[in-house]
Amino acid sequence: MFQKIWERHEVVPETPETPAVLYIDLHLLHEVTTPQAFTMLREQGLRTRRPDLTLATMDHSTPTRTEQVFGGAPIAVESAALQIAELEKNCAQAGIELFNLRSASRGIVHIVGPELGLTQPGKTVVCGDSHTSTHGAFGALAFGIGTTEVAHVLATQCLLQRRPHTYAVEVGGALSPGVTAKDMILAIIGRIGVAGGTGHVLEYRGSAVRALDMEERMTVCNMSIEAGARAGMIAPDETTFEYLANRPRAPQGAAWEQALEAWRALPTDPGASFDREVRLDADSIEPMISYGTHPGMVLPIGACIPGRSDDPVFNKALAYMGFTAGAPIRDQPVNVVFIGSCTNGRLSDLRAAAQLLRGQKVARGVQLLVVPGSQQVKRAAEAEGLDRVFIDAGGDWRESGCSMCIGMNGDTVGPGQYSVSTSNRNFEGRQGPGARTLLASPLTAAASAVRGRITDPRELLGG
Amino acid sequence: MPPIRQIRSRTVALPFTNIDTDQIIPARFLRTTARAGLGRHLFSDWRYQSDGTAKPDFPLNQATAQGCQILVAGRNFGCGSSREHAPWALLDYGFRAVISAEIADIFSNNALKNGLLPIVLAVGEVATLLADPGLELLIDLETNRITRPDGSQFAFQIERFARYCLLNGVDELGFLRSQEPAIARFESARA
Repeated sequence: MFQKIWERHEVVPETPETPAVLYIDLHLLHEVTTPQAFTMLREQGLRTRRPDLTLATMDHSTPTRTEQVFGGAPIAVESAALQIAELEKNCAQAGIELFNLRSASRGIVHIVGPELGLTQPGKTVVCGDSHTSTHGAFGALAFGIGTTEVAHVLATQCLLQRRPHTYAVEVGGALSPGVTAKDMILAIIGRIGVAGGTGHVLEYRGSAVRALDMEERMTVCNMSIEAGARAGMIAPDETTFEYLANRPRAPQGAAWEQALEAWRALPTDPGASFDREVRLDADSIEPMISYGTHPGMVLPIGACIPGRSDDPVFNKALAYMGFTAGAPIRDQPVNVVFIGSCTNGRLSDLRAAAQLLRGQKVARGVQLLVVPGSQQVKRAAEAEGLDRVFIDAGGDWRESGCSMCIGMNGDTVGPGQYSVSTSNRNFEGRQGPGARTLLASPLTAAASAVRGRITDPRELLGG
Repeated sequence: MPPIRQIRSRTVALPFTNIDTDQIIPARFLRTTARAGLGRHLFSDWRYQSDGTAKPDFPLNQATAQGCQILVAGRNFGCGSSREHAPWALLDYGFRAVISAEIADIFSNNALKNGLLPIVLAVGEVATLLADPGLELLIDLETNRITRPDGSQFAFQIERFARYCLLNGVDELGFLRSQEPAIARFESARA
């Protein structure tokens, strides 16, 4: 599948001397990694070549408090307000469609593309954000790029790329109740390591992957970069087509039938070989949680924190987290629970969390922040009354954005505080200076909010 | 970008694996629309106490580390986000090369586009450099070799096109734009 997409987008094939010139079908922009790219274009007197293949939204530094988004209070972080204004100016000048701060279509860039139906099988998708791998859930080749490359795509709609290697990640069997797509990808990263995918495009395969719905597949592909991979992909199937049918920017009518035919030919041919392969058994995956300072430091929620007395970097990570080797991760105290992000900020994630929070209160002293991934997700959740579930439980319900995943907008975790987060990175200081992040599924996060301690969600699911 | 042929400098060692871009430059410093001036935020949370004073035990804060242009780090340097602010911050601080046993893909791409050399050496070679910080190295991009003061050498590889661009001061965007006829043909063939 990777090879088919790659070859269909080679404007000029690679040679030993030069990388391939690869054509880009969809270029997504946000406010943080693009201002310098537009400056580069201006410095060279260049224009955006294909504004019609480019879409911008704002998400990373945007406020989540309603009065700062829709008026009544200024945006609290002044530098964020400047970035927002800069993106508006740049998109207006270049003729690029922008979902601005008050747009009903705004949201996290990796949630907006799929929900519009813009992310489609067989496309090449790039964005100045490493979690662009999310779009691979549709059988697209999608990867994060730097700001200079953003300028390259703006100016030429192409990138210079060496062909990466391929890596099959086969997950057989079936996930057990209470075990989610997030647990699956955390288990995969725990297995292959945070650099295990470097130089490779992962293709997730096998019965447990096939059984996932599109939102779950996006959760899996989202964290491909956390295994160091260039991209992650899942072959399109009826689940994919059903999700895309009648989305506003998906092909319609005769074009839909044509697209379907092309998409059905995309999956990897039987017997095709990969440069590397790994196999996992979904039946043996437990709810997973991170205990250290990178996403490879994960364990099943019932396990004890491992020890490596001869590894100073490992011990530095445990010291940062305030954890002791040999102690169970279960029942560790929690200060903050964050539910949201491009990993787990979609409607099904909010439903999962609400399932455990309905009729419950968050434990005393725990802050619960729920941030939908897009304004569309927010409206859909409110139509089901999920907002009331979170608010009644004592949580905060906000406007969409990256929020506490990256802490650029002022939504941060305090120094030394423990945050169970449905996001993707537990690096030191990721959610705020000194913050201690434990990555987990929306179910585990919600269960831990109720108990105020790290909790196996199956205890509250009754089974 | 000016051509790069040789870098001669002492090294600073950060003997940590998986140094992610959130450590290289924390996200709160990305709320900028400029490329310049990020060096003062490089490794901010490792370099400074919460009151803004320097942490005395951090390698970059040592007197011997001042003016060093070569950073040697544990494997999987630059993992995490795609922020080009990471190489911008390293360059603005004064680094011109990073040496590690493994360097994350996006960071490596971003570094090459800005004239920061991402050099991958064998695990054992990096271990000897990490164990001996402050060593003066000569990095020669023309011969793809690093020479230590005792004359011993390590060979390295840089992707051929990126190396050509660095050696000759060629802008990759200029090369891409020269492909315009092929791009136009590609687009019309698909339409």
